[in-house]
Amino acid sequence: MSCPRIIITLLIWAATSVTFPAVARGSDENGTSSLFSELAVETHGFYEIRSGYRIRKDKYEKDMSVMESRLQLELSSYPEWADLKFKADVFGDMVSEEGHFDLREAYIFTRPFDFMDLKFGRQILTWGTGDLVFINDLFPKDWQSFFIGRDTEYLKAPSDAVKMSLFGDRANLDIVYTPKFDPDRFINGERISYWNPTLDRLVGEDAIVHTDRPNQWLRDFEIAARLYKNISNYEFALYGYHGYWKSPGGQNTSGQAIFPDLNVYGASIRGNVGKGIGNLEFGYYESADDQSGKNVLINNSELRYLIGYTQEIGRDFTGGIQYYVEHMMDYGRYKDLQPGPRRDRDRHLITVRLTKLLMSQNLRCSLFTYYSPSDKDAYMRPNVSYKVSDNLAVELGGNIFSGDYPHTFFGQFQNNTNVYTALRYSF
Amino acid sequence: MRLLLKAIIVLCFSLPIIAADEPNSTTEIPDVNTIVNKANIMAYYQGEDGKAKVNITITNKQGQTREREFIILRKDVNDGRDQKYYVYFLKPADVRKMVYLVHKHVDLKKDDDRWLYLPALDLVKRIAAGDKRTSFVGSDFLYEDVSGRSLEEDTHELIETTDKVFVVKNVPKQPDTVEFSYYNVAIDRKTFVPMKMQFYDKEGKLYRVIESKKIEVIQEFPTVVKSEVRDLKTGSKTEMEFSDIKYNIELEDIFTERYLHRPPREAMR
Repeated sequence: MSCPRIIITLLIWAATSVTFPAVARGSDENGTSSLFSELAVETHGFYEIRSGYRIRKDKYEKDMSVMESRLQLELSSYPEWADLKFKADVFGDMVSEEGHFDLREAYIFTRPFDFMDLKFGRQILTWGTGDLVFINDLFPKDWQSFFIGRDTEYLKAPSDAVKMSLFGDRANLDIVYTPKFDPDRFINGERISYWNPTLDRLVGEDAIVHTDRPNQWLRDFEIAARLYKNISNYEFALYGYHGYWKSPGGQNTSGQAIFPDLNVYGASIRGNVGKGIGNLEFGYYESADDQSGKNVLINNSELRYLIGYTQEIGRDFTGGIQYYVEHMMDYGRYKDLQPGPRRDRDRHLITVRLTKLLMSQNLRCSLFTYYSPSDKDAYMRPNVSYKVSDNLAVELGGNIFSGDYPHTFFGQFQNNTNVYTALRYSF
Repeated sequence: MRLLLKAIIVLCFSLPIIAADEPNSTTEIPDVNTIVNKANIMAYYQGEDGKAKVNITITNKQGQTREREFIILRKDVNDGRDQKYYVYFLKPADVRKMVYLVHKHVDLKKDDDRWLYLPALDLVKRIAAGDKRTSFVGSDFLYEDVSGRSLEEDTHELIETTDKVFVVKNVPKQPDTVEFSYYNVAIDRKTFVPMKMQFYDKEGKLYRVIESKKIEVIQEFPTVVKSEVRDLKTGSKTEMEFSDIKYNIELEDIFTERYLHRPPREAMR
């Protein structure tokens, strides 16, 4: 465990040695003025009302899938020495009958050297080439928001991290250090019912997942890195991750869900292919707490890969298709040990995205579909949004789950099928 | 002429005029290729780079308006024909801070490379090459008006010469790929700035007009600072105004993924 300490020391060193000179420079330029004088702040955001209902009866959840009014405020400032950003949501949630505060972003960005960018604080992070399929992007996701019909923006949950980016002639390197594990906002039964293998049935509010989660600062850290290069506009990248399964990947003996150790090694390429854009990505998920697949309570190691293609198929009409596989490395042992319904060795998934813009691009119709021929289940995300004016937009959409079995990835969510509508005023 | 189009729009940055060292040869009429090439060169390859703030007002037939505002940075690749564009959106609010990046390739066989950065998701999205005759940001300008129509796509004919302008008729070599049958461009004889473009549909009827409404000399370069396109069929029009125009700002190569995540200061001021 000396490794994290070294990294932290380095980061702190980098932060101080780099930020202070930059600060000093900024002050010099402003003469005697203080750091924060003339700190012009830009304010933007939106106000939104969103409501949605289940269209099937779910005996473990409320009929309302989403019912909230939300204000997002975004404050940014660009003094000489850094960029400062603060973005937070407050919303009244009528499903949970609670008010919430969700700090989305709160960071300082500096460019201490020509070859280095640093971003400290709460931030949204994304990399990888998949479209709503993630292999090497191990940053936290909010699946609950995604499934109940919040804006796609909320699929990405924030990380409390330091991102250091180094830029060179040979390649560029991003390193993201998260001092305390940031898990997904995973499906835990609160808003979405799911298949519970221990109880061998669908559950929801009656069986909220209890977790034993790594939550010690500095000890339970995550580190993710990406080495990338653009060669003739073909984007090549290598990835590494050391941390934990982001959603529960096992159980301890007292029945709590746990987040076993996970290392991921991967690569991707993206670029022009024919008339469109092609991408390839793979990742090896090494389930470090159970490398040989002997422990039935811990996720198997997996190989995940993806191939995708997007092309314009008509005026203001775009289509994208992806084929994605999750391959279990020690299926034999899993099969022998798994008591309940078993998954296949390979989970095959096909996604199709269709997007059409109409009425001077003010009306946007889109359909994103996940379909798994191996699980025999599907998840469709139709959405229509119309910009009434530059500030006002209305939206209608759905989350439609179907499947032949109650325990498969999407099949388990069948009773959560919902439709929603939203009205948003941006400023 | 291809570029004449673009000229109108983008030229703001690049419109240095050659006219200075090209004394007004009012008596002598250059051949059409010279005119077209000069307008092209003038419109795109003067100055190493440039910057402008662009305000677009779209007014539909009912008089409802929508606005777009963005900062655009441009840099020529080597003096060659390829260029890079960086577009940083300021308005409307729902697309604020979105970035659109283009590596434009003049070679007809090579599609432009395009990226879109969505800040709320920190997502760098690669965009498939599209039909260039689709609307640019929902306005009456088309992508091709902004990012260019290759000279090789049309045949050019000088059909009129007045005291002030040359009028060049442009006929597409592949008529099936476009919605017009031809278009005429009036090019200022002194500056080679395209002043007016008129598009005719397959029936030969005028349906689309782009006009340079205001020209200013910026850093000695005559520059269109206001242009307007009218769609005679739909009754809508779009006005594009340029401000804070600067040439030769010594832009570094900011046309990379690094600057999608965090815009260069040039784009934010």
